[in-house]
Formats: sequence, structure tokens, C-alpha cells
Amino acid sequence: MKPRIKISGDSVISGVIKICGYSSILFVTLILLFLLREGLPALASVPLSSLFSTIWYPIEGYFGLLPLIGGSLMVTISATIFALPFGIGTAVYLSEVAPNWLKEILKPVVEILAGIPSVVLGFIGILVLVPFMRKTFNLATGLTGFTGAVLLGLIAIPTIVSIAEDALNNVPPAYRQAGLALGATRWQTIWGVTLPAAKTGVITAVMLGIGRALGETMAVMMVTGNAPVMPDKWNSLFLPVRTMTATIASEMGEVSSGSSHYQVLFFIGILLFLLSLIINVSASMVSTRQRKRAERILS
Amino acid sequence: MGDLWIIPVLICKIFNDFYVFSLFSDIIHSMRRLLIILGGIMLILLVGCTRNGATQSQQASSSISATSTSAYIQNAGSDTIVNLALAWAERYQKVKPGVSISVTGGGSGTGLSSLLNKTTDIANASRQISAEELTTAKKEGLNPQEFVIARDAIAVVVNPENPVDNLTIEQLSKIYRGEINNWQEVGGDDRPIVRLSRETNSGTHVYFLDAVIRLGDSNDKTIFSRDTLLLPSSEGIIAEVRDNPNAIGYDGLGYVTSEVKMVAISGLKTPDVYVLPSAKTVSDNSYVISRNLYMYTQNPPTGAIKEYLDWILSADAQQIVIDLGFVPVK
Repeated sequence: MKPRIKISGDSVISGVIKICGYSSILFVTLILLFLLREGLPALASVPLSSLFSTIWYPIEGYFGLLPLIGGSLMVTISATIFALPFGIGTAVYLSEVAPNWLKEILKPVVEILAGIPSVVLGFIGILVLVPFMRKTFNLATGLTGFTGAVLLGLIAIPTIVSIAEDALNNVPPAYRQAGLALGATRWQTIWGVTLPAAKTGVITAVMLGIGRALGETMAVMMVTGNAPVMPDKWNSLFLPVRTMTATIASEMGEVSSGSSHYQVLFFIGILLFLLSLIINVSASMVSTRQRKRAERILS
Repeated sequence: MGDLWIIPVLICKIFNDFYVFSLFSDIIHSMRRLLIILGGIMLILLVGCTRNGATQSQQASSSISATSTSAYIQNAGSDTIVNLALAWAERYQKVKPGVSISVTGGGSGTGLSSLLNKTTDIANASRQISAEELTTAKKEGLNPQEFVIARDAIAVVVNPENPVDNLTIEQLSKIYRGEINNWQEVGGDDRPIVRLSRETNSGTHVYFLDAVIRLGDSNDKTIFSRDTLLLPSSEGIIAEVRDNPNAIGYDGLGYVTSEVKMVAISGLKTPDVYVLPSAKTVSDNSYVISRNLYMYTQNPPTGAIKEYLDWILSADAQQIVIDLGFVPVK
């Protein structure tokens, strides 16, 4: 009696877990198929030369995607540059330097920061950050790519901190002790031993942070000004830009389904999907290569 | 004696097994309860859905038949009109308690496309239905009807610090085309001009493009200067103009607050006469950037929808138009 129930319970649970595991593959496949079905006809209905031109004004038939791609890349890259030192610095401080009581306060605070809805951050951005940027840098307007990048950095930092901190905590204490025992200072141990040992996890953290920044919509839409200008000047970061996500969000409501504008918006969705795929694949390639090298050294 | 250590281990093992078993039976038990709860929720949802479906079809039939007293009207579209439509819907509830009206915004394009998808009964629009939308309507077997329900002035606003009080409509056109880039060129300070506009799904955007940038010339294919900031809401425009002395924006008269300054505009024929927007200057056509506001129905209206539209054009309802800063039709 006993073992029979035990086995059936086990198989039920493992079955449920298996379904959960497979369902995520199924969902991703279905989403991809849907995106392709709705977005690929754009290549037929809008000539390629038009798609890769520099004017985006869909209600008059200008479907140039370059300003949007450029805007998204510029804002995401600058947000990463901004978030990287802060995120990793905070993670190192939390896991290596901070005393326990401080750690117990700081960690939940960082997690609360991660939980603030982006529309709230966008609202604060409009009221505080935008006027501040305009006055500080003497710009024509504070609604710029740079404002968006700072806000996105704030959104990406908690993701980077919590994952990087976990990675650092997983480094065996023996590594640090060995470093210190060899006479290295605390900083030398962190920079030369702990961080390299946790490299895989830290890189994953950064990649997820980039993904978060790339996909963020609401906050960016509220503070970047949404002007579809090609970011090709030296001061483009301090001018208004329009990102791919903001374009989809603000225009999806008006289009009639099946029109070429609708198809182009889904095509932008495919591009976003590809970009995040590239980020994820490169993250996992980095981590597997790292592991292989570690195995080679150990063997 | 040497083998006695096995006893506690065995006890532990048995206990452990038991513990694991009880854990599983717990999980199974709680899962069974979860299943029952989930099943219950599904059942309730199912009943709710079928009921909802039934009431919806009932409502559809009631809004068609003129005799029934209770009806449900869905009203969606232009963000410019949404406050007015809400005020009307609230007042109409007192006039005809049996009729309930739901009002949502989203933009003229959104309203008209949901009219064509048959998900709304009345679409609010701050622009006329386009030829493309009419073709879609014909394909769907609809015959959209247009009603002018109010008029609206589009006010051009700048920061109160900005010394510019007057602009000709040609100067305004050149500013938004990107031909005038400094306030000095129109008699202001030496500052760059930051152009603000609503998003392209806004009827106000489309009207401004036709009436101001192209000055009503339908062969003109000029578009907004590419560095025009497209802000997602009226409030966004007012917030930026309030804060930034470089900015110029436009918005429906009903949305203009006292924290921004309206600019007097002169028309093409009388470039010396600068006029500020108001209900009076719109009625006597002396303020040039004004337009009609529309409601569209799927087909010639009957029953409750017809009664509602007739009421909207009555003196009682048009008084609300004046109260909200728009201009009445009559």
C-alpha cells in the first residue's frame, strides 16, 4: 500500500514538472511562429530599400527602420555602460565587503528597487530627471536618449546585482582564503581571484541586465521624446530618440490588422526577438566555453 | 555491541522514509484540494462566461429594437473627446436610467478601427474617417454614418517665459516643417525650438499635419520635421511646455492649463490679425486652427443609439460642451 502511493505520487509530480519544462519550449515556439506569420509578409508588402531607409512616418508610408534600430541600440548600450560598474560594484560590496547587518538591509532594498513598476520610474523620470538633465547639460530638451539610458540603467541594476551577488557567493571560501594566505590584499583577492572565479555568473547577470534594458518599453517611451531621428551625430545621445519597443507600444493600438503598418510593427517584433536571442546565445556560449576551459585545466 | 550503532541509523531511515511518504501524501492531498478549488473556479468562470455571452446578445438585440427600455452602448475613440463623452454618458444616465454607456479613449484611429471590428457601437473621432477606413467598412458590410457633435480649437502653447505672443499660420507651418529652428527668427530669444506633437495615432496629429503644416493643400506631401518629439499624451505635452522655455506644442483647447501660454494665430488671408482661441473665435471662424469633432456609427443608427445621438445634439447636452471648453455645434 505504502510504496504504491509513493510511486504514483512521484510520477504525478515528475509528470507535472516535465509538462512545465516542455511548456516553455512550446510557448517560445508558438510566439516565434506567430511573430513570423504576422511579420514576415512585411518583407513582401514593403520594399527592402524602404525598410532600410532613415525616415519613419508610417501614416504616410515611410517605414525606415534604421532610426528605430539605432535608437534602441544606442539607448541599450549606454544604459549597460552606466549600469555595469554600479551593478557589479554593488554586488561585490554586498558579497565581499559589507558587514552582515548592512547586507541584510541592502539586499531587500535592491530587491524592492527591482519591483518598482517601470511606469512609476518613468513618471519620476518626467518630473525630476528630465528637467534636471536639461538644466545640467544645458540641452534644448531633457527628453533625450541619455535620460532614457540613465533610467534604463536604474532598471537593469537590480537584475545585475542580485544575479552577480549569487554568483560571487557561490565561489568557495577556500579560494578567498588561499588568496589572502598568499599575501594578496582584499582588493587583489576580489579582482584577481573572486571575480574571475565567478565570471560565468557575472556575465550572465550582465546579459540579463542588457535584455531587461532592451525590452523595457514604458519608461523609455515616457522620457526619450520618441522622435525617429537617425542617431548618427556625435551628440545624438543628447538628442531625442525613438526605440523599437516604444514604437510598437504607441502604434499597435491604431493599426488595422493585416495592413502593411501592422506587418512592419510585427517585423520590428521579430528583430527584437532576434536581438534578445543573440544576447542569450552569446551569454550561454561564454559560460560553456568558460566551463570547458576550467575542465581542461582541472584534468 | 559493536553493531549497535545500526539501530539509530535504522530508526532514522524508517523515520526518514515515513517523513518522505507523509510529505508526498501531503502534497497529493493539497494537490487534490487545489484541483477541487481550480475546478470550482473554472466552473464559476464558465457559468459567468455563458451568462455574459447571453446578456451581450440580449444587449445587442435590445440596442437594435427601439421598443426596449434598457440598452448598453459602447463608445470608444478620440482622447480629445473622451472627457466630453464621459460627461454626456453620466448626464444621460439621469435622463434615461435604463441605458448604460461605457466610454474609453485610445485615439481616433483606435476608435474607428474598433468600430470596423464591430467591437464598439459609437466611435469618437477628432478627424474624418479616411478613404482607406471606408473601404474596409464596405468590405465588412458596414455603412458608417458621420455626426458632427462639437467643435474644437487647437491651441498652440509655449512656456510663459517665452516672449513670443503672436505667430502667423505660415510661421507655425515653417516651425513644424523644420525651416525655422530658432525662436529669434520669429521675434523671440536666441533659443533652439523644441517641437512637440502627439503620436501619429492621434486625430489631432493628423489634423495639424493637414491644416497647419500643409496649410490645407492636399497635394503637399510635407511631413513633420523629423526631430519633432512625439509624446504619448496631452499631459506629456503640457508638462514639457510648462517646464521647458524652448518648447512649442499644440493641444485641444480643453486641455490647456493656466501654467502654459497660448499663442495668438493669424490666418493666411489676414496675416496681421492675431486671434487667441476661444469658444467665440471658433464660432465666428476667426480662429483658423479649429475643427469638427465627430461620432461615427456602424450603420444608420436605430433605437437607443439613435436616441442618444439625438440627445447629444440637444441644447441640454450642448451646454456640457461649453462647460468643458469646447465649442457647441449650434
